[in-house]
Amino acid sequence: MTHYSAFALVRKALGGNRGWSRAWRNAEPKAGYDVVIVGGGGHGLATAYYLAKEHGITSVAVLEKGYIGGGNTGRNTTIVRSNYMIDGNTRFYEKSLRLWEEMSHDLNFNVMLSQRGQLNLCHSPAQMDAAARRGNIMRMNGIDAELLSREEVRRKAPILDFSDEARFPIVGALWQQRAGIARHDAIAWGYARGADRHGVDIIQGCEVKGFVWERGRVVGVETTRGAIRANKVGLAVAGHTGHLAKMAGLRLPIETHLLQAFATEPVKPILDTVVSFGAAHFYVSQDDKGGMVMGSDLDGYNSYGQRGDLPLIEETMADAKAIIPLLSRLRVVRHWSGVMDMTMDGSPIICKSPIDGLYIDGGWCYGGFKASPASGWCFAHTLAKDQPHELNARFTLDRFRRGYQLDEKGMGPTPWAH
Amino acid sequence: MLRITCPFCGERDQVEFAYGGDAASVFPDLADADLDRWTDAVFMRDNPRGDHREFWQHQHGCRQWLYVVRDTVTHEIKSTLPAREPRRAAATHEGRKG
Repeated sequence: MTHYSAFALVRKALGGNRGWSRAWRNAEPKAGYDVVIVGGGGHGLATAYYLAKEHGITSVAVLEKGYIGGGNTGRNTTIVRSNYMIDGNTRFYEKSLRLWEEMSHDLNFNVMLSQRGQLNLCHSPAQMDAAARRGNIMRMNGIDAELLSREEVRRKAPILDFSDEARFPIVGALWQQRAGIARHDAIAWGYARGADRHGVDIIQGCEVKGFVWERGRVVGVETTRGAIRANKVGLAVAGHTGHLAKMAGLRLPIETHLLQAFATEPVKPILDTVVSFGAAHFYVSQDDKGGMVMGSDLDGYNSYGQRGDLPLIEETMADAKAIIPLLSRLRVVRHWSGVMDMTMDGSPIICKSPIDGLYIDGGWCYGGFKASPASGWCFAHTLAKDQPHELNARFTLDRFRRGYQLDEKGMGPTPWAH
Repeated sequence: MLRITCPFCGERDQVEFAYGGDAASVFPDLADADLDRWTDAVFMRDNPRGDHREFWQHQHGCRQWLYVVRDTVTHEIKSTLPAREPRRAAATHEGRKG
């Protein structure tokens, strides 16, 4: 496998760019593995990579029903941040951001992380108080956060609506400098290449249809390419966790919902930070090609259909126009939607399932992209050691029964409102 | 855009309605103190890929709560009933397993 470097680039260019090797092998399934990971997205591939790298477990297969990077890894708004407030979430997401910061070097693959900062806008003094509290909690956990005044926000993002006509006047913002965006496909490709280099089999076009059982224990998976045995099976199929768990007879605290996202035609640089609106659920950044990438709320009803509905499109565009009026002159050129595992408290699940041999990494709601590295890192630990790492110790299934929900937004068991 | 046929007002756009969530979970009797049964009813979901029983409220219409069966893949609405008695409505469809 070619090590990517400026030197390799020049050398291959002089040779007419022939001789680049594949980034990873298109492996055929073997009869059995130590660990089978279901789901070849960012989380599943990161899990396989850290299993091999951190725990020396290399008899690993990643099964993907479609192609690598073709699921939710390629259906998000690429925002990376760690501005969480609740114990259990805070340090986990900070770990994830730190893994992002070293990822390009670690994987020898440019994930194009751009730490351009994120403005969480506040539109009332009460929101500023809440932002100050959140920022203080972040700083106490060693995470960078800064409270900005209206004028400081204006200097960072002058295209926001600072006029007297603004429907939701900007009072200030909570700023995280280390937040930003990354290249969404690159994390899948980089982890796939890194895992493959450690001997992990990445098997595409292989859909899991059921589990192989022995004395009440899961000992493998039935797939469209035959049965594959495994000592441990890990699910990393957020969006479809409920569907696969049902094959194992599990009911989960998860509903599946739709989230849409949009990209406009490219324009010259107008916004060099990530902005989230404080008066409605809306977030926007400008990608490297110049397109404005935007997202907002869930469609609001349970759905497995990977396509969005019109009312939410209207709402998103209204939000966009309220915060950056000139966006109304741009055309939306791409629009996509992904299916989300929405948990009953808005926080994820990384734990052993009640069934021996089956482990679950899911419930990512719509925060899965930024969490991919830490999710894989913690899931690999859970699979290898048979117990959670301190960082994912609270992401259990039984927290709902015990009354230890991690409800960042305080919405209760109404997953479409998280 | 979903079009929901309200039994009281007729066929209307989805934007007139508010979603009320999964209608398959039925809460235990209030005197029941069993933690597992409450956990099951409050937090656990069948989350089907296919027919889903759910509540909608005709918020910008007659304000009645409705009991809707909708396919979660095609979004096709199979039936709409008043939700006054969800247990009775549930009994007209295939009962939930377990």
